[in-house]
Amino acid sequence: MSPEIFETVIGLEVHIQLGTESKLFCACSARSFGAAANSNVCPVCTGQPGALPALNRRAVQLAIRAALALDCRVAPRSVFARKNYFYPDLPKGYQISQFEHPYGLGGALEIEADGRVKKINLERIHMEEDAGKLMHDIGGEKLDGSLVDLNRAGVPLIEIVSKPDLGAPAEAYQYLTTLKTVLQYVEVSKCDMEKGEMRCDANVSLRPKENHGGRLGVKVEVKNLNSFKAVQSALEYEIERQAKVLGSGGRVAQETRLWDADLRQTRCMRSKEEAHDYRYFPEPDLPPLAISAKWVEEVRAELPELPQARRRRLREEYGLSAYDIGVLTAQRALADYFERGMRSQTPPPSAKLLSNWITTELLGRLNAGNLEVAQSPVSTENLAALTALIENGSISGKMAKEVFGRMWSTGRAAGDIVAEAGLSQVSDDGLLRQWIETAIRENEKAAADVRGGKTRAVAAIVGAVMRESRGKANPAKVNQLILEILK
Amino acid sequence: MALSEKEIEHVAILARLEISAAEKTRFGKELGQILDYVEKIKGLDTSRVDPTASVLGDEDVFREDAVRLFPGAAALLDNAPDKEGPFFKVKKVVE
Ligand SMILES: [Zn+2]
Repeated sequence: MSPEIFETVIGLEVHIQLGTESKLFCACSARSFGAAANSNVCPVCTGQPGALPALNRRAVQLAIRAALALDCRVAPRSVFARKNYFYPDLPKGYQISQFEHPYGLGGALEIEADGRVKKINLERIHMEEDAGKLMHDIGGEKLDGSLVDLNRAGVPLIEIVSKPDLGAPAEAYQYLTTLKTVLQYVEVSKCDMEKGEMRCDANVSLRPKENHGGRLGVKVEVKNLNSFKAVQSALEYEIERQAKVLGSGGRVAQETRLWDADLRQTRCMRSKEEAHDYRYFPEPDLPPLAISAKWVEEVRAELPELPQARRRRLREEYGLSAYDIGVLTAQRALADYFERGMRSQTPPPSAKLLSNWITTELLGRLNAGNLEVAQSPVSTENLAALTALIENGSISGKMAKEVFGRMWSTGRAAGDIVAEAGLSQVSDDGLLRQWIETAIRENEKAAADVRGGKTRAVAAIVGAVMRESRGKANPAKVNQLILEILK
Repeated sequence: MALSEKEIEHVAILARLEISAAEKTRFGKELGQILDYVEKIKGLDTSRVDPTASVLGDEDVFREDAVRLFPGAAALLDNAPDKEGPFFKVKKVVE
């Protein structure tokens, strides 16, 4: 049997760190990435006897915002529960999570797959605290024990569980990218995977195509997916592996597998028989979480425009291409940069021109320097002013690149740099005529050709003028003047 | 009805408890009695009563999102059974 007779069913569980200052249940910092180990801990997040959790209001607010951005219903009453298991990164012996009564129900995310829009439904969203970090060696040096850093313990997370609506690894990739964009847009999280602010586990199973819509095949959970690419590769590997097992008449074992990015394969971590029995029960130290309709509406009112709506508006308002819109809206900061630039000049610059400069020159330099949009040395007002100078013919596109380079290194305004360096394009008739006359004398043959009607020969003379003027002559104007003179 | 030896063993493993054969029998009987009592309570008509998730009352109690570093972080580490440098140290864990 070949893999083609199977269809793939994928569901994703994504953990997102909520962008709070402090942890979910204590006043320790939620942003201790890079801090000294265990410098950011207290009796609550280390599970000292008698310490009590106190819920962070902002965390709940951001969780509601995420739910609304994902079209998810916010439950008026949800319950925190203890998920019990023993592991040294979990100091209390349980994780405070939500189980039977999560705060967010249903929801959906629209993704683009194969050029069409596909709706991926969500199962639920719940809040929980993060665990600590466990280390087994330091810089390759083996230790006689394991080391625990609890700086992360208690950091607020939401877990977004999709329905098994994803049909291919590429769709999973697209789902994650879209989810990240949405959550960054609404400023729920920075979703920086390197800092562990976004993590993903995948569930994947195969079933014969003829059973479409019927019972799901045995599901395998894949963990240790540290990038969107890893998710895609691990799923591709796993689908092939399962197809082989099923194809040869075997049975897929229900198990958890780890993705090994170096070996590019998954391996069994634990089978379902040994899986944890978490014995969830309601957290006695926290009252049920009541989220009023009024609170939900307040959060909804401050929800910014979502990426999809913004893409539509950018197309209608500015007539930009699908490609430009895609690049600009991939990051909210970039789309903001563009729109602020458009508003900064009167009359507004050409949207196409500004967008071009942002998506090529600006983004190129930002990426090369590994910088965020907010760190750009060239302000949007200055970039918009530069495009205005190009539009009104003050400088050529080629000069603009040079000016942009100087704007980047100095942070100064385009106009100042142009004026100071004498870069401004020369459109003054008197000076242009002087250069042209010299150029005609030095290019007699070309001049004769032009006089004889071969207007294409004008290019040689224009070239000479540009050299003479060190690129400052306005080429369109020069072209027109030469034809006038040689008529 | 007493819990089976297997059920008791499962619960003991989850709770990381080592128990003797005699204890297995005793706990099986005792836990069985507790569960029988729960069964009895289940017979009550609770169709018009909301499930109790908490006895604290339904008031939300929130903390504002402000960082206040705990000054005794080092002491927490000192109280641990074992440490190495700034880390808590535990028996080797292999997943
Ligand atoms: Zn703490």
